[in-house]
Amino acid sequence: MISANLSAVFYLISGILFILALRGLSSPDTSRQGNYFGIAGMIIAIVVTFISVGNFSTSLVYVIVFLMIGGVIGAFIAFKIPMTAMPELVAGFHSLVGLAAVFVAIAAYLNPEAFSLGVIGKIKLASLIEMSIGAAVGAITFSGSIIAFLKLRGIMSGSPIIFSGQHLLNLILGIAIFVLVFYLCKSQSNSIFWALIAISFLVGVLLIIPIGGADMPVVISMLNSYSGWAAAGIGFTLENTALIITGALVGSSGAILSYIMCKAMNRSFISVILGGFGADSSLDKEKEKKDQKPVKSGNAEDAAFLMKNASSVIIVPGYGMAVAQAQHALREMVDKLKKNDIKVTYAIHPVAGRMPGHMNVLLAEANVPYDEVFELEDINNDFANSDVAFVIGANDVTNPIAKTDPKSPIFGMPVLDVEKCKSVLFVKRSLSPGYAGIDNELFYKDNTLMLFADAKKMTEDIVKNLD
Amino acid sequence: MEIDPFIFRLSIFILSIFIGYYVVWSVTPSLHTPLMSVTNAISSVIIVGAIIAALAGSSENTFSTSNTFGFIAIVLAAVNIFGGFLVTQRMLQMYKKKGKKK
Repeated sequence: MISANLSAVFYLISGILFILALRGLSSPDTSRQGNYFGIAGMIIAIVVTFISVGNFSTSLVYVIVFLMIGGVIGAFIAFKIPMTAMPELVAGFHSLVGLAAVFVAIAAYLNPEAFSLGVIGKIKLASLIEMSIGAAVGAITFSGSIIAFLKLRGIMSGSPIIFSGQHLLNLILGIAIFVLVFYLCKSQSNSIFWALIAISFLVGVLLIIPIGGADMPVVISMLNSYSGWAAAGIGFTLENTALIITGALVGSSGAILSYIMCKAMNRSFISVILGGFGADSSLDKEKEKKDQKPVKSGNAEDAAFLMKNASSVIIVPGYGMAVAQAQHALREMVDKLKKNDIKVTYAIHPVAGRMPGHMNVLLAEANVPYDEVFELEDINNDFANSDVAFVIGANDVTNPIAKTDPKSPIFGMPVLDVEKCKSVLFVKRSLSPGYAGIDNELFYKDNTLMLFADAKKMTEDIVKNLD
Repeated sequence: MEIDPFIFRLSIFILSIFIGYYVVWSVTPSLHTPLMSVTNAISSVIIVGAIIAALAGSSENTFSTSNTFGFIAIVLAAVNIFGGFLVTQRMLQMYKKKGKKK
């Protein structure tokens, strides 16, 4: 057994190591070292906890067994998961953090003595508030992440689920949570505690179902943030510095990512949370319009010819590339182009894909050097000087309507200036509009050649034709 | 009058939010996915609370209700810790290979 002061110092050290873990991510070169800092911080925190509890009975054996069970499952998932499934993996992991927070809060409530929070029925007021916040936020994180997981995995439809009185219901439930926390503090009654957790689970579900597929990057970031606040709430209850620091770090990290994602879509955080975006009410009108417009479509041969004669090509990947798993074929195509002395770069929109940085990871998986991959603001001026833009699986993020039509729902959203290229190749399965439900006028431009096919199949065909 | 220890913890919390703010803004956008998976892993330090809960109480009753919640929480958090750090490592490894190639 070590003194509480000494273990507090060790928890502080692991908190600092966690800060360094995030700090390492400022560049790919330092990132791996950062990850080791994170692992070291975790090991310190766990070992110190074992020593400071000082219970070396059979319980400890069980703890280690359960730790290993979880560890093996986690390691198995980490090695098996395809990179295209990262968004749902992250959502799934968030749900586990949330549920763990709920369970720790329940354990602390049922056995406050173990955490020196007072005795049953007479838990310290501050601790009670902290643990109910931890439990409520944890429960919202859990059920919200489960819904996000189901939507990302395609088990549940990605389109928003809206019913009348939805926001009012959420508001009432939100107020109910506060009222319950208040009465819990007064009465310390078990049933109120359980009701609090049950309502929080419900709020998590209701909060995420109205949010459409295209807004998933915001949702995932937001749930990331929630999982942090839940951890911080529990950290206050346990009076544990490592947990408080980590909770604050994760909470602000998720909040910043949500902000970046919202800004990249030119939408306010509130409007994303209220949901309903991507509902297909406008779809039918668009369909009629588009039937009348002529489209130039081509095949792999045409595309290969165009690119072979170009001197610079910019590739714009999107969610469609992830769905089709076309990143490896794409890389093959780029290798061929480079052999012909064609300059190839990649342009990534912040909300391309279903989570922040989704496209970067997929390109990394396909061994694309990260110095060929550029963010929107760094590459947008290059489109005007480039010969071919190869848009693969992206749509809304290239739609020039965001710059021209104030009535469009995506007006003001920063977009990639693909149309400024001499010619545009658009790999898409059909003319259907993107998630935002808006027609892309780029399809009908003279310098656009539509390549109607599965992204992977088309890319492979182009590779063949490049020989 | 003595200062409540809660205030100290609150100070740590608020200062950490500021640290988080500046550190996260410096993360390069191409590493945002690893950022999410690593924050996931480190927030599972909540396992500390799970261990305390699991080890609490007498040795005769290893699986009281509150212990059991602790044990389940250990499994959940462990999945996250191992899964989170390993998948982050796997992703970052991919960024490495390319760096060498060029």
